Amino acid sequence: MKTENVSPASPFAYAPAPESRSVVDIAPSYGLFIDGEFTEAADGKVFKSLSPSTEEVLSEVAQAGEADVDRAVKAARKAFEKWSALPGAERAKYLFRIARIIQERSRELAVLETLDNGKPIKETRDADLPLVAAHFFYYAGWADKLDHAGYGANPRPLGVAGQVIPWNFPLLMLAWKIAPALATGNTVVLKPAETTPLSALFFADICRQAGLPKGVVNILPGYGDAGAALTAHPDVNKVAFTGSTAVGKQIARTVAGTDKKLTLELGGKGANIVFDDAPIDQAVEGIVTGIFFNQGQVCCAGSRLLVQESIQDELLDSLKRRLSTLRLGDPLDKNTDIGAINSAEQLARITALAETGEAEGAERWSAPCELPASGYWFAPTLFTNVTQAHTVARDEIFGPVLSVLTFRTPEEAVAKANNTQYGLSAGIWTEKGSRILAVANRLRAGVVWANTFNKFDPTSPFGGYKESGFGREGGRHGLEAYLDV
Amino acid sequence: MSDKSERLTVFKTYKLYVGGKFPRSESGRVYEVTTATSAAAAAGKGKWLANAPLASRKDARDAVVAARKAFGGWSTATAYLRGQILYRVAEMLEGRRDQFVREVAEAEGLSKSKAAAVVDAAIDRWVWYAGWTDKITQVVGGANPVAGPYFNLSTPEPTGVVTVIAPQESSFLGLVSVIAPVIAAGNTAVVIASEKSPLPALSLGEVLATSDLPGGVVNVLSGRTAELALPLAAHQDVNGLDLAGADADLAKDLEIAAADNLKRVLRPQAVDTDADFSTAPGTHRLTTFLETKTVWHPTGSLGASGSAY
Repeated sequence: MKTENVSPASPFAYAPAPESRSVVDIAPSYGLFIDGEFTEAADGKVFKSLSPSTEEVLSEVAQAGEADVDRAVKAARKAFEKWSALPGAERAKYLFRIARIIQERSRELAVLETLDNGKPIKETRDADLPLVAAHFFYYAGWADKLDHAGYGANPRPLGVAGQVIPWNFPLLMLAWKIAPALATGNTVVLKPAETTPLSALFFADICRQAGLPKGVVNILPGYGDAGAALTAHPDVNKVAFTGSTAVGKQIARTVAGTDKKLTLELGGKGANIVFDDAPIDQAVEGIVTGIFFNQGQVCCAGSRLLVQESIQDELLDSLKRRLSTLRLGDPLDKNTDIGAINSAEQLARITALAETGEAEGAERWSAPCELPASGYWFAPTLFTNVTQAHTVARDEIFGPVLSVLTFRTPEEAVAKANNTQYGLSAGIWTEKGSRILAVANRLRAGVVWANTFNKFDPTSPFGGYKESGFGREGGRHGLEAYLDV
Repeated sequence: MSDKSERLTVFKTYKLYVGGKFPRSESGRVYEVTTATSAAAAAGKGKWLANAPLASRKDARDAVVAARKAFGGWSTATAYLRGQILYRVAEMLEGRRDQFVREVAEAEGLSKSKAAAVVDAAIDRWVWYAGWTDKITQVVGGANPVAGPYFNLSTPEPTGVVTVIAPQESSFLGLVSVIAPVIAAGNTAVVIASEKSPLPALSLGEVLATSDLPGGVVNVLSGRTAELALPLAAHQDVNGLDLAGADADLAKDLEIAAADNLKRVLRPQAVDTDADFSTAPGTHRLTTFLETKTVWHPTGSLGASGSAY
C-alpha cells in the first residue's frame, strides 16, 4: 500500500487510489516467440520475472540461449524474403493495425508494464503507452513513402535486425526498435531485458492479433549471453542496441570488420542548466521531471544540475520543498510519483554510487519518506558541494540521484555541461531567448530541452554525441539505421 | 644558350603539414618515394622522387592537438565562409595544375593526359563540396512536427576531429574525395597520406596553407599507414575515423580500437576499392561525420485572452 510521507493532517495526504490489476492476465509461464509460435528454450532453461515493488514472482519465462538465437535468426531470414517484397502500403497497414491494437490494449499494457518494471502507473499510462502507439502509427506511414525520405530512390532494407533493449522503458524501446525496422522491410529478432520480458511477450500476442506473417518479429527473452550471441550472429545484418556504454563498446568491437550496420543508444550524464533569470517554480518542476521521472532510470536524465551561483540557495530550498511532497510507493497507485527501482542489482549500484558520493565529500540530502518494507526502493536524493571530479558528477547513476554543481557565467556553464564522456541530453532554463539559442548551439548533446525536459515524440530524432552512442531513433532520421544507404 | 641545359633543378623538400606549419617529422626519419611504373606498381621499383617524412606516433598526436585547437573556430565559422574557403582551394589548385599533373603522373604511373583528367576532377570535387557547406543543414535537418506545444528543430553539427586514412592508390583525387567532405561538414582532419605515393598529399598541404584555410583544419602526415593509424584510431580525442585507405585486416583492427571512445567509423566503401574515385560522390561522406542535435522549445501561448491567430 501507499507509504505516506507527510502527516495525515497535511493537505498533501491522499487516500490510496490503486489501478485495478484485473485488466491484465499474466500467464504463469511464457515461451520464446519464434516463427510465430511460443516455444520452450532449446536447453529448457527458464527464469523468473519479479515485480520490483513487491518481489512477487509474476511469471516464469523461457530463457533464450545460443541455439534459440540461431533458430530465431533463421526464422527471420526466411520471413525476410516475402516481407521485404511486400508493397510498402501493405507493410504500412500491418503497422497501423499494431498501433491500433496497442491503443485498444493500452490500459492492460500499462498495468503490465508497471507490474514488471516498477514505474508508476501515471507514467506508463500517460507517457509510455501513448508514445508506443504513436511510434508505430508514425513509422507505419513511412512504409510506402521511403522513396521520398531523402535516401535516394528505392532504398533497400538491410535484412535481419538483431535488437537488444533495456529494462527502463521496455515497451517503448521495443517500439523504437521494431517500428522503423518493419516499416523499412526488415525482419526482427529482439531480446528484451531479463528483468522486464513480459510486455515484449504481450507484444508477440499483438503481432498474432494483427496477423503479422510468421517470423517477421521474433522475441527472445534472456540474459546478456543471448544478446551477445544475437549481435555476433553472422546472419544478422543490422544491430541496434540501447543500454550501457560499456556493453555498447563491446558490441562495437564485435561487429568490427563485418558488414553489419550498427546503431547505439547508450548512457548519459545530462546537464540541466538553470540561469539566474529562470522562472524558479517551472525550473524546479523541470528538474524533478529531469531526474525523478522513472526513478531517474533514464539514459537522458538531467542528472547534473548546473545552477547559477546567485540563485543556488533559493532554488535548492524550493527543490527540497518540492521533493518532500513527492509520493513514493505502490506503483499501481494513481497518485504515486516515485515507483520502485527495477531490480536488486540496480538498487545495489545506486546505493554504492551514493555512498561513494558521500565518501568523496559531497553533501547528501534525501527527501524524508518511508520506504516500503519489501521491494526495491531508493528515496529521491540530491548531492550538493559536488565538484566535477566527484564520481557522482561523472558516472551515470541511473537512479533518483541528482548532483548539484554551480557556475557563474554562461561560458562556465557550457564548459561544465560539456565536461563529460557522454553527450545525450541537456536542459536550459532561462527567460532570455537569445541565451537559449547561444547555449543550445554550444552544448555537445543530441537532445536539448529549453525550459522543459524529458519530452519525446516519434517525429523527433533521439540519440547521442560522443560516448552516448551513434545513430538516431525517431523521425526521418530514424529510417537510415534500417536502410542500405 | 648551351648553359641552359646545364642548370641544376631545385628539388623540393617535402614536409608534413601540421597546425598550418610545415614541420619535418619530429623523429627525423624519412623514406624514399619513387615513381610508379604503373598504377599498381609497388614503391621502391621506380625512379627516386623525394625523401618523404616518415611521421611518428608523436607527429600523429601533435596533429590531433592541432586539429582539436582548430575545431572550435572552423566548426562555428559560417557555412558561407567555409564554402568560400573550399572554393578558394579549387582556385589555388587550378593555378598549380601543371605541378599536380606531373606529381600525379609520377605517383600513379599515369600518362600526362590521364593525370590531367584526375587533377581536373579533383579541382571540380572541391567546387562540388564548396557548394555543399551551406546546403547540407537544410537537406538533413529541419523542424519536426511533434504532437505538443513545442517548436522542435533538428540541426546537423560536425562530429569533431576525424582521422582520415587516404586511399592508397588514388593519391590525389581519392585524397581530395575523402578530405573535402570531412571539412565541408565543419570537422577538422588528420590525414594519413597514401603510403607509397604521399607527394601529392604533401603538396596539397601547400595549397591549403594559401587558401585561407585556418591552420590545423587539415593536417597531413606521410609514413607507414599502420604505424600512424593505430594510435590515431585509439586516440581518445579523435571522434571519427574514415578507413578508406585501410586494407581489410587493418580496417578491422582499427575499428576495434576505435570502439574505445565510440568513434564514428566509415568502413572502406566499394567506391574506395575501384581505385579511381571518378564516380560522382553522393552526400554519404558529408553526413557520416555529422551529428544531429534536436532542440525543443515550448511555444507557450498568448495568455488567457490571446489567440494564436
